[in-house]
Amino acid sequence: MSRPILPLRRCSSRTSPNEYPLCPACDVHSVSRGIIGFGAYVPRWRLDRQAVKQALGWLSQGKGKAVGTRSYCNWDEDALTLGVEAARDCLSSVSAQPDAIWLASTSLPFADRSNSGLLAAALDIAPACHTLDSAGSLRAATSALISALTNTSCALVVGSDARKARPASPQELAFGHAAAAVLVGNEQVIAEHLGSHSVAIDFVDHYRATHAEFDYALEERWVRDEGYQKIVPPAIAALLTRCAVSPSEITHLLMPTGPAITTRLAKDCGIAATAVVDPLHTEIGDTGTGHPLLMLCHALETAAAGSLMLLIGFGQGVDALLFRVPTKKPSARPQRGVSGTVTAGKTDTMYTRYLAHQGLLDVDFGMRAERDARTAQSAAYRRHRDLTAFVGGRCSQCKTLQFPYSRVCVNPNCRLTDTQAAERIADVTGAVKSFTEDWLAYSPNPPLAYGNVNIGDGGNVFMEFADVEPGVLSVGLPVRMVFRIKDVDRVRGFHRYFWKATPVGS
Amino acid sequence: MATGIRDKVAIIGMGCARFGERWDASPDDLMLEAFTEASLDAGIDRDQIEAAWLGVFYQEQSTSKSGLPLSLALRLPNTPVTRVENLCATGTEALRGAVYAVASGAVDIALAMGMEKLKDTGFAGLPERTKGTFEDQWQPGFTPPGAFAQLASAYAARHGITHQDLKRAMAHVSWKSHENAADNPKAHLRNRITIEQILNAPVVAAPLGTFDCCGVSDGAACAIVTTPDIAANLARNQARRDIVTVKALALASSNGVEMGHASWDGSYTPTTRLAAARAYQEAGIKDPRKALSLIEVHDCFSITELVLMEDLGLSDPGRAVNDILDGRYDRTGAIPCQVDGGLKCFGHPVGASGLRMAYEIYTQLLGRAGARQLKNPSLGMTHNLGGIPNRNVASITVLGLNSI
Repeated sequence: MSRPILPLRRCSSRTSPNEYPLCPACDVHSVSRGIIGFGAYVPRWRLDRQAVKQALGWLSQGKGKAVGTRSYCNWDEDALTLGVEAARDCLSSVSAQPDAIWLASTSLPFADRSNSGLLAAALDIAPACHTLDSAGSLRAATSALISALTNTSCALVVGSDARKARPASPQELAFGHAAAAVLVGNEQVIAEHLGSHSVAIDFVDHYRATHAEFDYALEERWVRDEGYQKIVPPAIAALLTRCAVSPSEITHLLMPTGPAITTRLAKDCGIAATAVVDPLHTEIGDTGTGHPLLMLCHALETAAAGSLMLLIGFGQGVDALLFRVPTKKPSARPQRGVSGTVTAGKTDTMYTRYLAHQGLLDVDFGMRAERDARTAQSAAYRRHRDLTAFVGGRCSQCKTLQFPYSRVCVNPNCRLTDTQAAERIADVTGAVKSFTEDWLAYSPNPPLAYGNVNIGDGGNVFMEFADVEPGVLSVGLPVRMVFRIKDVDRVRGFHRYFWKATPVGS
Repeated sequence: MATGIRDKVAIIGMGCARFGERWDASPDDLMLEAFTEASLDAGIDRDQIEAAWLGVFYQEQSTSKSGLPLSLALRLPNTPVTRVENLCATGTEALRGAVYAVASGAVDIALAMGMEKLKDTGFAGLPERTKGTFEDQWQPGFTPPGAFAQLASAYAARHGITHQDLKRAMAHVSWKSHENAADNPKAHLRNRITIEQILNAPVVAAPLGTFDCCGVSDGAACAIVTTPDIAANLARNQARRDIVTVKALALASSNGVEMGHASWDGSYTPTTRLAAARAYQEAGIKDPRKALSLIEVHDCFSITELVLMEDLGLSDPGRAVNDILDGRYDRTGAIPCQVDGGLKCFGHPVGASGLRMAYEIYTQLLGRAGARQLKNPSLGMTHNLGGIPNRNVASITVLGLNSI
């Protein structure tokens, strides 16, 4: 058997985005399915592991490594906002519009509110869209990807995690926060899907109960010997046999574990040591559910034509996926990609700030933090596209771009009624018109930075800035828009999102 | 054809409570303190007042809504009392209501009261408030200093002024107001400070430091207004030769341009320019630089006062820094500004501020200002900017001395 038979195959001769007729020339059509776009996002803040060791070294007699940095969410980021940025990076390079949005994570912000639906809304995807939250295991992203590859849609699969770690735990140093996204389709395929193989085994290397804050992790040696080394190789062998690919042909072994485990596994499986891909743990940490996708995205940035990539997801079993980079590799590359977002990091040595942003240090933010941040849901829904997708209006007469959309044009020389058409501002590059760093205003990461942003075409938005350190802002500075948490309602356990401006270079 | 408000209404009595952190005083106490002074000044009893306007902004922290708090505090004889609120222009709105009522001929004697009790919040600075159910979901979680600090970055960029020069002129603005307030027994902050103290103060919202921000104070101020004829008779009975009349009352409200349109560069307040043009026309002022004896402007922050000098047409564009450093707006300068200490040092009980400014003009015009009395003032102007540079109400009152 040279190729796996997928349940339903799709042809490039489709007539509309929502209709996939079988190829008229063949009953099992010849067009491959695979990855047609990829992107990633790693939050800007990187905690210096030495800072953790300096703060908590008294607990461990100086044992344990503390090399490099780990990524972490600013106070206004979570698994959803990371996912939005990864998805935008992915979609930046492709013209195809997804009709399915799947979000995989073990740290989704809402237990009962469609997180993938919110992701789709932030991307301003048309509502006729199949959304799905995939959760419950670190395999959630690779399992979702297998489903997408064996499905019919032009599916955007996003893996994202912002897992908390108990202070002083090994996970605190090991974990990172990030998201990666891949678009699955049939045209302009960057990585052709050759096959996949899944195994489900209730091997509890770690777990987190539904309402628990932190993982409970078991002994690493047991996980290595009984877990990785016994569960993964048979799955790889089964997949490669089915795809008629020799282990020695594998050019990229993409596995989100530490290089030591992966290298030994490669040897056991007959895969060349040179195929072992750096998981970037030193730079950003183990970012959880999305990490296999992040490694795939990173490898795709530079992979040569003909590369054979073996992607492994591990967690209560294993997902193994095999991809081949076609001979004529499309040139599509995301705007930032993994390499761009990894190098855009800012090293932070303030361990207590990291703790506060993770909600692990109960800081006194003063009485101004008591302000009620209740969301009027009916008002939010009335303007949900404005708020979630950052859609404003453009006057059809004077062409002024404006936010928020209003019935009457804001241009003092126009002021016509009902002339505005919806237009997305999220992808606009703006320029700082005025700014301040406000130490009086409540912010979980003071000073609160905000100001007027010229969005071009006559428009101005008074908005907050994200990820700016004091002294960075200046009049005229180019800014791009990012999706962030706007306010947290502690009383009702809700938080709302909106867009903020951040320097283009950050 | 409308002819404007000029000389149609006179102020016959004013009162102002001592401003400050009045831990001892309730809203009722503050209103009674201001009214008692005005009543004695005018020789008018509360039962002669035919209609009253009460201005309160942050009703959540003090009186709750409606005009009732004034009626209750003074035990008015079921007089019609209307509550008005228009951000920091609230006090001027109360005056406008009373003045227009008299000018319309509906009543002969009306009262305008502005009151604010800010210090029951439990923290420094102005109280937190909602901006609206939709606006809260997208506007920045700004504070007043942060919103006004925007002016500094945009003004410096527009005029190519260095941060140091701007900070020095801003410091002079605050220094001058502290100097003036030292001679004002009703002012909240009466201490003299040095330029260096101002420049070295901790940053509140860059580039504004602690001394670039006005006092957050409790207070009340009020005016009793009537027709010029009645005012003249009352003045003669008190052997006075002059009355103070209203020369102009002008407002301009933002319509969203500053918040949403690029035609505004963030370096000035367009509404002030419009309100000033309307006020100068209504008052018949051709050259405000020559006509105005003194001004009280909305110096909520030092940068605001600096920018306003240009918006009011008193300094040429980009020249406010030089004019301020040259002492043009000092008490001894060509156009004394904030002779009573301004919002900066007299204090800023929001609903009272417009009337407090009018109180200083009135006091100066009648020659009652004691140690800070200017020489023969004849025409004065108040200005408030309610809201933030991005969205605001500008209000202006011009008061003048008329011989009878």
